[in-house]
Amino acid sequence: MEAERLKRLEAAARQVRYDIVEAIGNIGIGHFGGALSIVEVLTVLYFSQMNASPANAKDPGRDKLVLSKGHAGPALYAVLAQKGYFPRETLFTLNQGGTSLPSHCDRNLTPGIDMTTGSLGQGLSVAIGMALADRMDGRKNRIFAIIGDGESDEGQVWEAAMAASQYGLSNLIAFTDYNKMNIDGLTSEIMNLDDLGAKWRAFNWNVLRTDGHDLEAIDRAIDAARLESDRPTMIILDTIKGKGCSIAEGKLSSHNMAISKEQKEKALGELSAAMGELS
Amino acid sequence: MSARDMRDAYCEALVELAEEDERIVLLEADLMGANGTTAFKEKFPKRFFNAGVAEANMVSMAAGLAVCGKIPFAASFACFAARRAYDQFFISVNYARAKVNLTGTDPGISAVFNGGTHMSFEDIGLMRGIPGLVIYEPADDISLKALVKEAAYHPGPTYLRLHRKGASSLYAQGEEFRLGKAKVLRDGADIAILATGYLLVPEALKAAELLAGEGIDAAVIDLHTIKPLDEELVLHYAKKTGAVMVCENHQVATGVGSAVAMFLSENLPTRMQCIGIRDEFGQVGDLAFLKQRFGLNADRIFHKARELLGRKGE
Ligand SMILES: Cc1ncc(C[n+]2csc(CCOP(=O)(O)OP(=O)(O)O)c2C)c(N)n1
Ligand SMILES: [Mg+2]
Repeated sequence: MEAERLKRLEAAARQVRYDIVEAIGNIGIGHFGGALSIVEVLTVLYFSQMNASPANAKDPGRDKLVLSKGHAGPALYAVLAQKGYFPRETLFTLNQGGTSLPSHCDRNLTPGIDMTTGSLGQGLSVAIGMALADRMDGRKNRIFAIIGDGESDEGQVWEAAMAASQYGLSNLIAFTDYNKMNIDGLTSEIMNLDDLGAKWRAFNWNVLRTDGHDLEAIDRAIDAARLESDRPTMIILDTIKGKGCSIAEGKLSSHNMAISKEQKEKALGELSAAMGELS
Repeated sequence: MSARDMRDAYCEALVELAEEDERIVLLEADLMGANGTTAFKEKFPKRFFNAGVAEANMVSMAAGLAVCGKIPFAASFACFAARRAYDQFFISVNYARAKVNLTGTDPGISAVFNGGTHMSFEDIGLMRGIPGLVIYEPADDISLKALVKEAAYHPGPTYLRLHRKGASSLYAQGEEFRLGKAKVLRDGADIAILATGYLLVPEALKAAELLAGEGIDAAVIDLHTIKPLDEELVLHYAKKTGAVMVCENHQVATGVGSAVAMFLSENLPTRMQCIGIRDEFGQVGDLAFLKQRFGLNADRIFHKARELLGRKGE
């Protein structure tokens, strides 16, 4: 990737992270951990890979994303605001009565949200339906989906795994946010996923694995996934829950965390210092 | 003793049961912390199973444990306990007569910031359709603890609708409770307000105060057991007052109100008014906003009661 492009992506990602912390910090509680772990993949998708913008929001041929781990909505909202789907100020209505930004993604409320999620385990199946429909109608777009590692406990995920390869959905590119954490503990202790790549390979998916906080590596992985002609791709992203925010990073407590005004200010201070370094 | 957080009272009941009876086991689906049962796991690690984010698997696992002699409690948010694992609860548990106690937490609008996907306005309805199932929703920590202990030894499966956050005691320590026997919190002759759960019972009491200010003598009944309905008490108050209100944090259709309405229409047709959700999905917001948005508050109960009485005897 050219240096200039990478720099732009880095700046976008830092703004997304800042906006997540400010928006959740504003209401005082929210799903920090799982939002911060997908900042890089969302940034690469919306600022490098996806054919999706406010201008084509109603075009059936656009690329679409199902954020199956819907509790990470605030991360996607920060990206959508930066893309211009709605004003940045809207971010600060998060979870307030009457808002268009509920904690879990809602396609009927939020411009740019392609699918409603929040009940874990359903999103990958929905993405399969979208990929089937778009293929039936001869569209050349891609369907993207992001699932959680804890979410992968749900049996429906593996029903979807079978179906996507049965139908040879090469237009489907999925990600697992492998942050190694559920809510109640480490994924390895709650419900061990063992060799996650081997599981997806056994279901006949094309499987790639990369550092989920490395923008260039994610971009390359998606480029590689696009070359696949008859199978769906699962890109396993090694991530850190709460990444980039010292009160949350690597902490189990970051899942749905209360944050005081002081903590919020401190976190925003850290993040703006990081943004300063970059420019 | 001051009131304990509802989920702490729930966990205390489970721990006390488990201390007495080694058949008691607990299952969670990655919401142990949220449901307040970490202390159970710490005390009885061998009798605790975290199924991960896999509610359907958890409920059928509980059935297997029950069939082999254990007394399982299994929990998730009400939306997932009821909706996600309904067929497993129906078939593996109820149809197979496996004695499992299922707990659904954050019922109705108490899911607050988790929003519409997490708001169960239909779990009572789903559960009412299961033959013989006991459904209960205690309004405070004292009744919660007592009823959980009774549910453990009720011969069939049970469903606990548990408001998990908040601490308030409506009853004195040591008060006795029986599943299926509602509690009269306030006697009255003009109208009977039946209410269910942590949010609505206190609102009904407040409404009764407002009504008293207008010379209206309202009875308030804590209908902690939704099924089986305390028919005797309902009938008694319908006869006595001739006006019945039912208040619930749930859809009116298929909820507590419809259970009471069906019973009365067959036995003693009575003027009624139901407070609850009217054919809508949930949405995100804080509790104060949601109570107002869905009309689950004393003010609305008060106004609807006056309306009902205005029509009475026409
Ligand atoms: C069906 C269902 N069960 C339970 C929940 C509650 N819940 C929300 S997030 C979560 C843990 C998910 O873990 P993971 O997928 O690893 O999310 P992340 O670590 O990325 O935040 C749970 C149990 C839910 N939203 N849906
Ligand atoms: Mg995780």
